[in-house]
Amino acid sequence: MVALMGLAVVLAVLPLLLILGTLIAKGASSLNLAFFTKMPVPAGETGGGVLHAIAGTLMIVGAACLIGLPLGIGGGIYCAEYPGSKLSTLTRFVSDVLNGTPSIVVGVFAWTWIVASQKHFSALAGSVALAMLMIPMVTRTTEEMIKLVPHSLREAALALGYSRWRTSLAVVVRTTLPGIVTGSLLAVARVAGETAPLLFTALGSQYLSFNLDQPMAALPLVVFTYATGPYEEWHQLAWATALVLILVVLVLSIAARLATRRKFSQNG
Amino acid sequence: MATERLSAMYGKSTAVKDVTLSFTANRVHALIGPSGCGKSTFLRSLNRMHELSPGGWITGRVLLDGKDVYAGDVNPMQLRRRVGMVFQKPTPFPTMSIFDNVAAGLRVGQRRPKAELAETVERALQGAALWEEVKDRLTTSAMALSGGQQQRLCVARTIAPQPEVILLDEPTASLDPQGTQRIEELLFSLKKAFTIIIVTHNMQQAARVSDTTTFFYLGGMVETGVTKQLFTSPAREETEAYITGRFG
Repeated sequence: MVALMGLAVVLAVLPLLLILGTLIAKGASSLNLAFFTKMPVPAGETGGGVLHAIAGTLMIVGAACLIGLPLGIGGGIYCAEYPGSKLSTLTRFVSDVLNGTPSIVVGVFAWTWIVASQKHFSALAGSVALAMLMIPMVTRTTEEMIKLVPHSLREAALALGYSRWRTSLAVVVRTTLPGIVTGSLLAVARVAGETAPLLFTALGSQYLSFNLDQPMAALPLVVFTYATGPYEEWHQLAWATALVLILVVLVLSIAARLATRRKFSQNG
Repeated sequence: MATERLSAMYGKSTAVKDVTLSFTANRVHALIGPSGCGKSTFLRSLNRMHELSPGGWITGRVLLDGKDVYAGDVNPMQLRRRVGMVFQKPTPFPTMSIFDNVAAGLRVGQRRPKAELAETVERALQGAALWEEVKDRLTTSAMALSGGQQQRLCVARTIAPQPEVILLDEPTASLDPQGTQRIEELLFSLKKAFTIIIVTHNMQQAARVSDTTTFFYLGGMVETGVTKQLFTSPAREETEAYITGRFG
């Protein structure tokens, strides 16, 4: 039995190790300073980098955070504060459904409502799509984290003459902040690698752009374009970009872990 | 502080029935009785914490300085600054320093100058017999204190805004004998400045610390009187049965 379980564990971890191994083997050789600081070169030439996509991913994900985190965290606080209200029940249900919605559906939605109505692709449409993926995740984790705060702490604040909202923000949310940060980081990590919603929205671009109203490059889009392209140099860049992308996700996940650990050592 | 025909309900079930009691200033009043007898609910009705529980509501009146605290023009948040409360488990705010914990109740209401704030915090910590132990680490986390120290910190936090009444809901239930003793000693000095009402399931504690004792049973008040008298010659049979340990 133990052997079976051990096998299951190995099989579960194996894909991650294989992915990482392949990416490092095929992509690490292309990772150099130019990769991070140079723009792409015309097809067929060697060298060049993906600065435009790094900047684009930062812009798109950053804007998605600005939209998604306040809404998600706010929704989570509301659900935790009014657990029995109809709106909370509805929010929970909608969040769970949205959490299970394929990201390409969200992309098509953003295309329909923003790209089609504005008649041009834009990075902002991509940010909106990513934010829509973040909100349900952040809402649910925020609520769960707040629910972990003991009721006695809330009562202590109320007994001091704190108003309900002051209790919630100054005591309950403050106490659970590391947990909320963790949830937010995991949500960011999750959407940073999303490709499908960006295909119809941010579209991708060969140029360095900081205009959210225009098409913009992003790391996942670079992987998609270069990996399916005909040139060997492109394939090399795609491997390297994929490696960077997975490293970003890994770093965010580890940061989330560390934030949680700090919380527990504080309480213990 | 006094109650007139106070009943407290959770939805349709009644937890406290028709209790009329008055509490003299500068005395320690103990509320005793078996678990579920309504003594905690009664206590929580006095500072309007009961109404925050799901389905919590009351009938009757609770008077503070002759004025009904359930009157329409009374702000419950302001009331709770005048009627402080210490809970069963120590509840320091985990993200705040020792200083900020004590100052927490002072930061609601009108703003105070920094120097006054520091002075009030020191006085509160001295009042809670904790100053000497923490004066060199006021900015460190309150979570590093022992359970007994945390509970005294909560006492300091409660007395800092200078309430008139202090309610204590089994304040020593989670403490070791030494921590319990410190809290009990504290009550003697605190009653010089405050009206103190303490719920306890520990009859020896009630006998040690209180001036008057009220016995609750099945949601009703059975008997109230001077502590010594109630413990030596109770007027009611249920009281005698309870204090001699025949039930509860």
